[in-house]
Amino acid sequence: MTAELVRGQNHPLPETRLEIRVSAGHPVLAGAALGDEQGRVAGAEWIAHPGAPSLPGVDVPGGTAADHRLAVDLDAVPDAVHRVSVLLALTGPAARFGALAAPFVAVTGPDGTEIASYTITGLDTESAVVALELYRRQGAWKVRAMGQGYEGGLAALLGDQGLERPADLAATILATVAQDSAPAAPSHVPEPERVLHTAPPTAPDPAPAPPPPTPATGIGTGGPVDYSHPGRRTTPAQDSAPASEPRQAPPVPVAGDASGWSMDERLYNQVWGMFEDLARTAAAYRSACDFAESRLDRELDEALTDYRSRAGGANDAARAAARARHDELVERAREVLDRDLAQLAAESEVVEPALPIAYARWDNPVWHAYRVPAEEPMAVRLGDLHLPERTDLRIPMLVRLPLERGLWVDSGRGHSEAAGLLDEAELRRLALDCAVAHAARLLAAHPAGEFAVHLIDPAGAGAAALAPLVETGAAAPPARGAAGVSAALEQLTERVDLLQMALRSGATDALPPGLDTARQLLIVHDFPHGFDDRAVTRLRYLADEGPSVGVHLLMVAAREDAAAYGPLLDPLWRSLLRLTPVPDDHLADPWVGHAWSYEPPLVPPGSSILRQVLTQVASARHGKQA
Amino acid sequence: MSVNMTKGQAISLEKRGGGSLSQVRMGLGWQAAPRRGLFGSRTREIDLDASAVLFAEKQPVDVVFFRHLVSDDGSVKHTGDNLVGGAGQGGDDEAILVDLERVPVHIDQIVFTVNSFTGQTFQEVQNAFCRIVDETNGQELARYTLDGGGNYTAQIMAKVHRVGSGWQMTALGNPANGRTFQDLMPAILPHL
Repeated sequence: MTAELVRGQNHPLPETRLEIRVSAGHPVLAGAALGDEQGRVAGAEWIAHPGAPSLPGVDVPGGTAADHRLAVDLDAVPDAVHRVSVLLALTGPAARFGALAAPFVAVTGPDGTEIASYTITGLDTESAVVALELYRRQGAWKVRAMGQGYEGGLAALLGDQGLERPADLAATILATVAQDSAPAAPSHVPEPERVLHTAPPTAPDPAPAPPPPTPATGIGTGGPVDYSHPGRRTTPAQDSAPASEPRQAPPVPVAGDASGWSMDERLYNQVWGMFEDLARTAAAYRSACDFAESRLDRELDEALTDYRSRAGGANDAARAAARARHDELVERAREVLDRDLAQLAAESEVVEPALPIAYARWDNPVWHAYRVPAEEPMAVRLGDLHLPERTDLRIPMLVRLPLERGLWVDSGRGHSEAAGLLDEAELRRLALDCAVAHAARLLAAHPAGEFAVHLIDPAGAGAAALAPLVETGAAAPPARGAAGVSAALEQLTERVDLLQMALRSGATDALPPGLDTARQLLIVHDFPHGFDDRAVTRLRYLADEGPSVGVHLLMVAAREDAAAYGPLLDPLWRSLLRLTPVPDDHLADPWVGHAWSYEPPLVPPGSSILRQVLTQVASARHGKQA
Repeated sequence: MSVNMTKGQAISLEKRGGGSLSQVRMGLGWQAAPRRGLFGSRTREIDLDASAVLFAEKQPVDVVFFRHLVSDDGSVKHTGDNLVGGAGQGGDDEAILVDLERVPVHIDQIVFTVNSFTGQTFQEVQNAFCRIVDETNGQELARYTLDGGGNYTAQIMAKVHRVGSGWQMTALGNPANGRTFQDLMPAILPHL
């Protein structure tokens, strides 16, 4: 069983004779640095590189190649060595990892079985990277996924290892490689199965910027980089603490620490695990508080009905004792709650930055590296959920794809306080903004051309809010007026009809060849203006029958506006998942049924990320059609 | 080491090396009714059910049984209803896992019961037993043999309760009659 590591994750090594396989899809230089207990490399003689390929216990290949194998025998490395870092570097003058496929490294046993693997994602202008670290902890060796990149290249990397005059050594190494780079490139035949692991090659940037001459702030300058997460507690304590009290230190949370076939699935399961744990922890706390409360009431009553003690001070004493018992229980419950919340908050701090775009908040930097995905994710994030016990602990609200039901962004005042503070126009605008953000995320999460968005805006009142979708070409201009509304609904209804018929009769191959197989999302703004009875019926049909054939509704509406239809529309509202443009506690979890506060995913004010992403989505679709 | 406990005997759930127990499992196993002839499915199945009732100062607060498999706080989990029993080889057919460290602070007693949902008395059931296992090392802490246990359909088996900062287990082994844990409530209360 291979452990697919994420950045920062470690994994025990069952063997000491290892092979480290690198496949980068582009010629790279591979080396290794042997460090002492403090992680410092004593001198240039402790660096294995193409010019000095053999050190005790470590052999690195000569020259540059897309695929490398490094042989490591941890029993043979000197006792003073506590850390073996595996280094990769690009050799070209303006080379950057961001323009190439993500490098893949795997640690295998002598028989070729993979122990752990790691795909180094998230690199950009860096031209050198510490890929992995093998380190000694209490006599046993472990591997940690590093992925620490250096814009300043090999020189900055070596400087960070604690070497003096790193630039000279880097120049020497690069010169060695340059001499024999021509014959070295095809030295290893790439293995076919490795190809599966490498990330799909990303399109090279149109204008690769030359790397800045000086390393960026914080990288390569000063002492060793602090790899520990700022929010983590007791990071070193866990490994170095004596083993006598293993339960004392809570395990350090790691992103992707759940079961699943892919990182996507593991993160999804982890988020759901956190959701359930938070629900249950809060339930335990609330039931303890309720119990303390009811016991206090009972004991106060008893004290009151005890006539004999009323006269004396015994009554006051009994009441004080009852209160003390109440406070003591609540305090103990709070302690347990705080312990659990701290653990979940630490996990959230690790998980949140590791989330892929479909699950990430809009302010997550992962959006700036957006590429149209090749595969559909398991779910998308429709917002955040939190409980009053700790409002800053936000659980991503992930909803499985394909959507099982349509969405409804409620632009009405409803019952929430936050909605009452805004005037009607503001609230409507906010609701449409939310809908656009949801639609943008759905478009961004699907592979090119597999998700299409249609707009209905009868009076044109939403033109400003819908602009990001329309102007970037991610969606066609909205249907206007009664005629436009009915034409748009007609087209989708026919599509649902056709697909339903084909599915029922098992004749999906008889569908017209030109039929676009993409999933469809219809955003309806300003409902029910511009809708006649026929259009309302069509809309209800789409809400009921659409989801099974990939046609979904996203209504932006206030229920009061459609009050004229009476109870006729109740089934429509009930069939949609209600979201709000302002925080509102209307969602319940499936385990204990707490009321969770929902917060819509807002794009940071002034950010152009939505347009950037939508522009890429639109151009990827056109690229596919062309 | 398995202790065949006698009624009312209390054992402390503390490990010998110090440090109290963190996880216990209540296991329940029995042998399925023998199949007869061609229409084997018409044989009367035997359905025993394990339940755990969580008490705070003698008031039932939560219960884990086949209709509510996880306590609201997540500390007590039922692995699922078994309607027919197993091969009678000693394996658990139903189990309830208790994470004692996560039990809410106000809950001070957890009572384990066994009921015959299909109504057979323990006299009619083959190879039936229930036991408490230390989940961290698989060691059996207590075991009751149910078959031949007389004309009863239920047993209030054992309870774990807080003592100081740890937990202690007391074997109850009290026979009773009832279809689900609700019928047993009057019989449970005297043991709290």
